[in-house]
Amino acid sequence: MIQGMMQDESDVLVVGAGVVGCAVAREASRHALRVCVLEQAGDVAEGSTKANSAIVHAGYDAVPGTAKARFNVRGNALFEDWCRELDVPFVRNTSLVAAFDDRDLAALEALRLRGERNGVPGLRVLAQDEVRALEPNISRSVIGALLAPSGGICCPYGLTFRLAEHAAANGVAFFFERRVVDVARAADGLWQVTTADGAVFRTRAVVNAAGLYADELNNMVSAQKLSITPRRGEYLMLDKQYAGTFRATIFQVPTPLGKGVLVSPTVDGTLIVGPTAEDVGDKSDTRTTADGLRKVVESAARVWEQVPAGGVIATFSGLRAHGDRDDFLVGEAPDAPFFFNAAAMESPGLTAAPAVAVWLAEQIGRALDAQRATHYVQHTATWKPFREMTDAQRIAAIADDPSYARIVCRCENVTEAEIRAAIRSRIGARTLDGVKRRTRAGMGRCQGGFCTPRIIAILCDELGLTPEQITKFGGGSNLLVTTHGARPATLGLSPERRESRVGRREVCHD
Amino acid sequence: MTDVDILIIGGGPAGLAAAIAAHEAGCRNVLLLEREPALGGILRQCIHAGFGMHVFKEDLTGPEYAQRFVQRFHALGLSAQCDTMALSVTPDREVTAVSPAFGLQRFRAKAVVLAMGCRERTRGALRVPGWRPAGIYPAGQAQRFVNLDGWMPGRRVVILGSGDIGLIMARRMTLEGAEVLACVELMPFSGGLTRNVVQCLDDYGIPLLLSHTVTEIHGRERLEAVTVAQVDAQRKPLPGTEQRFECDTLLLSVGLIPENELSRAAGVRVSEVTCGPLVDDALQTSVPGIFACGNVLHVHDLVDHVTVESTEAGRQAAKYARGQGEAGHPACQMLQIRDGAGVRGLVPQTVCAVRVADALPLMFRPAAVFKDAAAVVRLDGEEVLRKRFRILTPGEMVRLVVPKEVLERHAGAGELTVEVTV
Amino acid sequence: MSERTVTCIGCPMGCRLRVTLEGGQVSEVDGAACGRGAAYARQECVCPTRQVTTLARVRGRREPLSVKTAQPIPKAMILSCVEEIHGVCVAPPVRIGDVVVQNVCGTGVDVVATMEVMSKKGGAA
Repeated sequence: MIQGMMQDESDVLVVGAGVVGCAVAREASRHALRVCVLEQAGDVAEGSTKANSAIVHAGYDAVPGTAKARFNVRGNALFEDWCRELDVPFVRNTSLVAAFDDRDLAALEALRLRGERNGVPGLRVLAQDEVRALEPNISRSVIGALLAPSGGICCPYGLTFRLAEHAAANGVAFFFERRVVDVARAADGLWQVTTADGAVFRTRAVVNAAGLYADELNNMVSAQKLSITPRRGEYLMLDKQYAGTFRATIFQVPTPLGKGVLVSPTVDGTLIVGPTAEDVGDKSDTRTTADGLRKVVESAARVWEQVPAGGVIATFSGLRAHGDRDDFLVGEAPDAPFFFNAAAMESPGLTAAPAVAVWLAEQIGRALDAQRATHYVQHTATWKPFREMTDAQRIAAIADDPSYARIVCRCENVTEAEIRAAIRSRIGARTLDGVKRRTRAGMGRCQGGFCTPRIIAILCDELGLTPEQITKFGGGSNLLVTTHGARPATLGLSPERRESRVGRREVCHD
Repeated sequence: MTDVDILIIGGGPAGLAAAIAAHEAGCRNVLLLEREPALGGILRQCIHAGFGMHVFKEDLTGPEYAQRFVQRFHALGLSAQCDTMALSVTPDREVTAVSPAFGLQRFRAKAVVLAMGCRERTRGALRVPGWRPAGIYPAGQAQRFVNLDGWMPGRRVVILGSGDIGLIMARRMTLEGAEVLACVELMPFSGGLTRNVVQCLDDYGIPLLLSHTVTEIHGRERLEAVTVAQVDAQRKPLPGTEQRFECDTLLLSVGLIPENELSRAAGVRVSEVTCGPLVDDALQTSVPGIFACGNVLHVHDLVDHVTVESTEAGRQAAKYARGQGEAGHPACQMLQIRDGAGVRGLVPQTVCAVRVADALPLMFRPAAVFKDAAAVVRLDGEEVLRKRFRILTPGEMVRLVVPKEVLERHAGAGELTVEVTV
Repeated sequence: MSERTVTCIGCPMGCRLRVTLEGGQVSEVDGAACGRGAAYARQECVCPTRQVTTLARVRGRREPLSVKTAQPIPKAMILSCVEEIHGVCVAPPVRIGDVVVQNVCGTGVDVVATMEVMSKKGGAA
């Protein structure tokens, strides 16, 4: 046994702070249970959650009878309410699956039937003129489309952040930079979860939401082995100028590798194009490739004749956790009681997350004979983004907090107040990307050109760090090297706020 | 709602010159809004020399050039609000702005001058494949870090793009203790001044790799290396020519884009060629009473040209604010200005020939490098002016002046073109 | 006798000038398209000079002070002059033209401020 730092016991320990892990943690916190989340990275949503299409799928694509189908449709039904409760954006912009020939039309019909069996509402195959009436900018080679009115778009990392905050407000403890290296049954029947630094966490129930690494975790405790292959998808983001090009999410007929390249508006007013689907050998290989980006543009050109090459503002890639069972692995491992999988959650994993979380939390609550929490916090406050405010709201916000009057990110109109709030929140930002994903600062067309120096200064001020300690996303991603000259000038905050908080971050409750 | 005669958005060289000109033209209710804590615009971070050779016949650094105008601005009693971000401009010239000092403000202006400058093209826009580590910066951002913030972006540097910003930063990084390994340029010629190639690269033994580009980024958390390859005549990477540069910093000097978000929202029509507003000889945009000058109109090379252009914009804005904009020329038949062969981005795009005072200045960029060439101006196809140039290069904007008499001789002409012939 | 190639910086032509040196003196300049080229080439080969622009530090302020050599200095002395300038910490207030380093590296040239720093925290006007 590894002698290490013993942590408090918990009732539920969730491995992975992606959208699935944070959703489960939040649902579990409705019970009177001690819940904690272990995350290997320095922040929530650092894995697949931050790099996907952000689509809330209708559910026609999943094979009927699978966990994917079940949880997709249920999750889609829950998504709008969840986003409203958590003050994050959601738009039910509908989905269209484009057909280019008769073979495709036949495939659309098959999808429609499949969707109906899955319980997807409102599916209809449209003729060419109907498609063009809805989407005037769609390519003339599109001869028909399947309309799925329940399809939507969201902000996956924004949602995850708010899920984590809400969970933390309800007592969930988050431990970052804790990579799980072992899960084993202790003599007394509890699970012993060991992290890379030698710490040991003891818990009654483990939830495996470890994303790309969920197979490794499962295989530590269960003879029913799982194998996860990272399937990489590359994307291009297009400038807000093109936001009005399409209203619906435009898919193409799916292939065995996945749903194919889509073109979609995002909740932020940009346009996303992608992904490819390429199995890679390395579970952290999120590189973009010349080939991949080219394929995205080529494929998108089938539905969008004039993909504006000059309108790209960013490219990125994400890895999907493709499991060898071709389905989610959700539920208690049959040979490992109190070990609950939420694994192999490739598409439609994001959509399914709310439903998986609700279902698993019920399972866990029953298994642990848990009571409902008596003081469950229904709603956690969050800051309102300046860009979404009316003039009257802006005046009121400024009167209350003058740092709402200083715009830091010019492209997205993000103010100093929001950035400080993002750093000070329960699951606060500590890096440039952390600020970016909580506020959108740096995600606009200048990609941080204007705001980065200011955000660095604010991070230094809030966290008591020097500029060369500020990183892009933790680890060794420092932005600056040793500066010449004095420490940064203070930005007017009192000395107490500037105590150093360097070191591993934990949000814990006594 | 505060009424002003002229509201100027941007306190760099363009906005400052426009404000001064408006004041000197008799306008007494001029307000300038600047988002940085101090006036001067991009010049504040351009600590190198080469500014003012035309306007002052002196070789000044950026901050010194800016200070000349800031001093004059204050001496004339002009008003500026720093730390103020313009949020919107309406076609009726209502401007909403926000600042810590004054909160949310709304202004109603008789005339607006757009002088917001430009932003830099990013790695995302270039689609350079590979990882997304820290250590990749637009060259201008690195310039800001070093020269204004006192921060060093890195220690071993590769620069992509040999425009002036990239060249200047090669020298800056070297003098501040970094090692600059190479300047990589896609085209077969440098985009910057020869003076800068010599004094920023040659002086420090930094190789200039023409017809090369960065094809891949390495390093998961912080940049570790870049792959550089030669390109063919179509600017496509040539397989087999790859070389790896171990570096922790990549600076991108790959293009400037006029910053016209506010302009578009105000209904101003923007040219796809210059990426700036379409303007007439008065530098008025497609929205009456809204004028544009400086880098927001088209990306300049010499700040001296910005000053001259913006002075005119300020004068015209003052005229408009006094109600004299269109007066006197009821039937203004607009002459259309079109790019001819070898010419890109002629500004202005339309001209009221009757209204031109002494001469019509035209600015454009050569589309390629031409030696021993001539810029030929034609009115409705007929050659009216020819200017010889020993060399024309895309890196140096050309300023041509068409005398009023020439326009008068061809009164009623519909189209003016400029082309380059060798 | 030796030969050197110098790129003229007078205009975008960037004429490549072939300079013949004899006993440390320029005897011939070839390849110039105009008269300025020859003059430049002579200077470059015999005693190349450069104006240096860099940063000095200001007491109590993170933001640096931009400075320049009041006249060009010998090219060979650029790096040592920059080193001397980096070692300087200037007390505000500073006006444009204030001497920050006298006779930098014994060149006889002063280094002067090119920006203004007020005495209060907050920087230039």
